Amino acid sequence: MGSLSIKALVRRLCIYFLTIWVSATVIFCIPRLAPGDPIAAMISRMSQQAGYVENSDKIIEGWRKRFGLDDTPMTQYVRYLRNLLRFDMGYSMAFFPTTVSSMVKRALPWTLGLLFVSIIVTFLLGNFLGALLAWRRTPSVVKMTIPVTMIFTSIPSFLAAIFLLYVFAFRLHLFPLRGAYGRGLQPELSWEFISSVIYHGILPVSSIVLVSFGYWALGMRGMMITVEGEDYMHLAQAKGLNPFYTLYRYMVRNAILPQVTALAISLGTMVGGQILVEYIFSYPGMGTLIFTAIRNQDFNVIQGTSFILIVTTATAVLVIDLIYPFIDPRISYANSSIEKGH
Amino acid sequence: MSLSPSLEPGPSTPKMGRLNRWDTPWLNWKFLSGMSIIGLIVLIGICGRLFWNMDLVYVASSPLNLPPVGFENRRGQEGTWEHPLGTENRGCDMLALMVIGAPNSLYVGILAASLGLSVGVIFGFMAGFIGNWVDDLIRLISDTTMTIPSLLVLIIIQALIPQVSLTLMACLLALFAWPAPTRLIRAQVLSMRESGYVQMARLSGASVFRLMFGEIMPNLLPYLAASFIGSSAGAILAAVGLEGLGLGPQRVPTLGRTIYLALESSALLRNMWWWWGLPTLVLAIIFIGLFLINLGLDEIANPRLRRASG
Repeated sequence: MGSLSIKALVRRLCIYFLTIWVSATVIFCIPRLAPGDPIAAMISRMSQQAGYVENSDKIIEGWRKRFGLDDTPMTQYVRYLRNLLRFDMGYSMAFFPTTVSSMVKRALPWTLGLLFVSIIVTFLLGNFLGALLAWRRTPSVVKMTIPVTMIFTSIPSFLAAIFLLYVFAFRLHLFPLRGAYGRGLQPELSWEFISSVIYHGILPVSSIVLVSFGYWALGMRGMMITVEGEDYMHLAQAKGLNPFYTLYRYMVRNAILPQVTALAISLGTMVGGQILVEYIFSYPGMGTLIFTAIRNQDFNVIQGTSFILIVTTATAVLVIDLIYPFIDPRISYANSSIEKGH
Repeated sequence: MSLSPSLEPGPSTPKMGRLNRWDTPWLNWKFLSGMSIIGLIVLIGICGRLFWNMDLVYVASSPLNLPPVGFENRRGQEGTWEHPLGTENRGCDMLALMVIGAPNSLYVGILAASLGLSVGVIFGFMAGFIGNWVDDLIRLISDTTMTIPSLLVLIIIQALIPQVSLTLMACLLALFAWPAPTRLIRAQVLSMRESGYVQMARLSGASVFRLMFGEIMPNLLPYLAASFIGSSAGAILAAVGLEGLGLGPQRVPTLGRTIYLALESSALLRNMWWWWGLPTLVLAIIFIGLFLINLGLDEIANPRLRRASG
């Protein structure tokens, strides 16, 4: 078992908190660097819709005081960080009395569920097919078919989502067009509800899986080919070990390690891709929330949702990184080879 | 083929050695077909402007909601040769949209990737050569940037700046395009620095500059090329994503924005498949082309993969 040295652990945790702090600061700075005043912009949007807003300068003054925009930037910044620590991200501007954190709380489980399932499916399927591609004993029919299924690889997932939605939901009526569960159902722990969630989730999950499993398959294939050239593989063959045994114990288990690292790296991109897929399927997750907020120019919600998603991603990457020494006993934080090895 | 079949085919056996000038790893069918796909898109972008009336891209320049030639829309109108790929609901010609939009997407991707790769080369060499705290710092920043889902930050930025040009958008995308090349180049520089020929050059008194650009850089070329293609694909992906959400350049026709407008006008339910389908198809072709180039470059750089697929 790998052991964690305190120094490496501290460095990793530093990166984690740095990520969160940097993104929080960027989110704080962007609106203040952008030309114009957010509240004046809001008033001008209001007047675009209503034609004329009475006493608009008084409104601006009142709002400025209320949001503390007249304080020094430093005071604002400290207050902002303190609020973030309590997950207090202010109110939604479009749905006023609703707080951003309550909207996030409603949407996050859907996103996490979808993300978790699609990552697991993609990772397992991709690595399995990649291993088959590289294995010498795989029937050549299988070796010919797998590359054909990878035609969607590299296409943005939301384009695949549009395509699947059109073919399977609009044309063939096999799957629902939108949403995460059937109309008139209440979220509860009943079989009816769960099956409806699964039924609604198939298309979103497959649009993510379809476009990304090929990357894992290719990476796995490359790793397997490298492993196959190793001396211990020749020895295993010479010893006459069961080929299935060598496939799993000798090849896959060695080849999968860099794939886990790659998973940590690609997580951010996967989250980004999923936002768009959710919006195509009107899935009630963070993606749809962000999209609605963009349309309503609801800046608090955009900020809050993005921040929470960034924290979620960073946490997931941290967890993968911390688990890693336990998967690969050769690499431990103790001898700091983790950065150089892969 | 080989004189000594018991040996692994190494660089010295005829299979891997160069027999003539056509026997180069760069003549890889994946690489070449990918390049021709991308070349075709560029060609359409150039020739299309010469042979097709580009004014048709303006709103209300054409009849509304016409289907492509050979199809019928819901109102029973048939496609005409005046608008061979149909029109959408603002009266823009789809062919003109494609001819202008496709090179725009490529432009954003290539510009962002060039900027990102340049920064990546500089930082990667600095981290690999200077080492110590410079290496630590660069690694810290690139690792941190890599974990942040870039699309989210870009959404925040663009939600506030409603008017961006294609070039500004590419620069914003480049902010997130540099960590991956940096990481890759640093790793390669670290391993190459210790290799025989670099040591040899160092002992013969070559300057650090000469070591970097004369000895190491040429060997990095396949990696740089692969990294460039990967970054371009990533940047186009992010750009299309932003445009698909309704952000990004509002006045320039782009493929992503066409898809956004189609989804907004529920083209899916109105069965106007050409409206969202054509830009999707063109984007898919671009991505498949880039992907093929990358696969080819992988095989060019890694002889083991070449052998396995050959």
